[in-house]
Amino acid sequence: MSWTLDNLDLVIELTLNHMRLSVLPIVLSLVIAIPLAWVANRNSALRAVTITAGSLLYTIPSLPLFVILPYVLGTQFISETNIVVALLIYGVAMMVRSAADALASVDANTRQAATAMGYSAWSRFWTVELPLAGPVLLAGLRVVSVSTIALLSVGAIIGSRNLGYLFLNGRQRTNLEEILAGIVASVLIALLFDLILVVLGRMLMRWPEANRGRTTASRSLALATKADS
Amino acid sequence: MEFFLSALAWLVDPANYVAGSQSPLPISDRLMEHLSYTVICVLISALIALPLGFYIGHTGRGRQFVISFTGGARAMPTLGLLMALSVALGYVLSFTIVGFAAAFTALVILAIPSTLAGAYSGIESVDRITVDAARASGMSEWQILTRVEIPLAMPLIVGGIRASFLQVIATAVIASYIGLGGIGRIISSGIGLNDNDRILGGALLVTALALVVDAILALAQRLVRPRGVTPQRSRRVVAIEEPIYVSAESRGLRAGAGNSADEGKQ
Repeated sequence: MSWTLDNLDLVIELTLNHMRLSVLPIVLSLVIAIPLAWVANRNSALRAVTITAGSLLYTIPSLPLFVILPYVLGTQFISETNIVVALLIYGVAMMVRSAADALASVDANTRQAATAMGYSAWSRFWTVELPLAGPVLLAGLRVVSVSTIALLSVGAIIGSRNLGYLFLNGRQRTNLEEILAGIVASVLIALLFDLILVVLGRMLMRWPEANRGRTTASRSLALATKADS
Repeated sequence: MEFFLSALAWLVDPANYVAGSQSPLPISDRLMEHLSYTVICVLISALIALPLGFYIGHTGRGRQFVISFTGGARAMPTLGLLMALSVALGYVLSFTIVGFAAAFTALVILAIPSTLAGAYSGIESVDRITVDAARASGMSEWQILTRVEIPLAMPLIVGGIRASFLQVIATAVIASYIGLGGIGRIISSGIGLNDNDRILGGALLVTALALVVDAILALAQRLVRPRGVTPQRSRRVVAIEEPIYVSAESRGLRAGAGNSADEGKQ
């Protein structure tokens, strides 16, 4: 433990930076994937194009993508933008499929009922379809979150200051503890983000699938939701 | 754009394919190395993961293990695993082979979760009524596994192997930092020399390799479906065609099982 305690400042700095760099791609991948998924669900041709494009982008190995992006974006080789954009590409590629599945999972009867009650397509999407797609969206976002955090460390090879630095530095100094400290910190961030997502999900989606009727209030809400669908 | 053209020109320049050139050339050698490491590591991991996945899928024992193992593996940073193994094995192995041994061990470990999840979820996806029918018609458990469950599970099994291949191709690039050959050598020497052609050429080459391998296995996934099993147009079965990383997640959720066959992107 001596190395970790002596270098706690460094570990904390890298951990915070790791969190900062991974938050943006995770959040933005959800924001970008939802409209793309909506488009994908319009017809099967659009769906095939979107899903295939997602799979192809996802297939690009990470280090090559990190080094290709500066040439595409015109950014500096060591710029953080490359890494954030690369993680965003993977995030969207993963998320668009989950989001398309999520929106498609909304019961057609529910959609028709909402239309019959006078919802416009716009307000029906925001107040009926999106909330009901929530649990599947959340499941997709949790996968994106965990893999983004794990993947970010590869960026250290091209100079990003995140926990990956401990892996490279620890190997150069043959310091196993330094590497293990980095792995533990990275896994802890993944767990923390996952916990945050689950809690957010419970707060935002107070119906059975997300929260199995813990309180009377949510139970009656659950019944109301059930009656609606 | 001129960077890309220049990198492509570098990639097809016969001068970079002359046998016996200084490392990281010739390109063809690095490409073959990359491909052979990948195939060897995926094969070894399949020898471990497939029997285990079949056992768990057939008996239902250890389900929870697969779910938490594949989920947890997703959180493991590959770079950290590589470096930790290279230092840890450095204590017991000689300097000359440690990089190689560490890289191979890491690649095999990283290839296991996808293949395991594919094998397990493939077997589990077989309709229980079909299995009961096989049992009722007098098949032994071994016959049920090898003649009913595995053939029906083949598309998902190959899907898991496909995800493992991508994982290993991507991680082998990084493994050049601990002394493994392969296309990663070209990229790292490019970064060292600040040579755009090498960086971009290597990156494009390994991307092309990943896309080609993925396309071949996607085709294989279609070919291994047993004759007579119609590809139903329900979403649940369509999902089998797609890469395992997301589809399994949403399938699991819909079935309420929560099993995820994906070990995430690396």
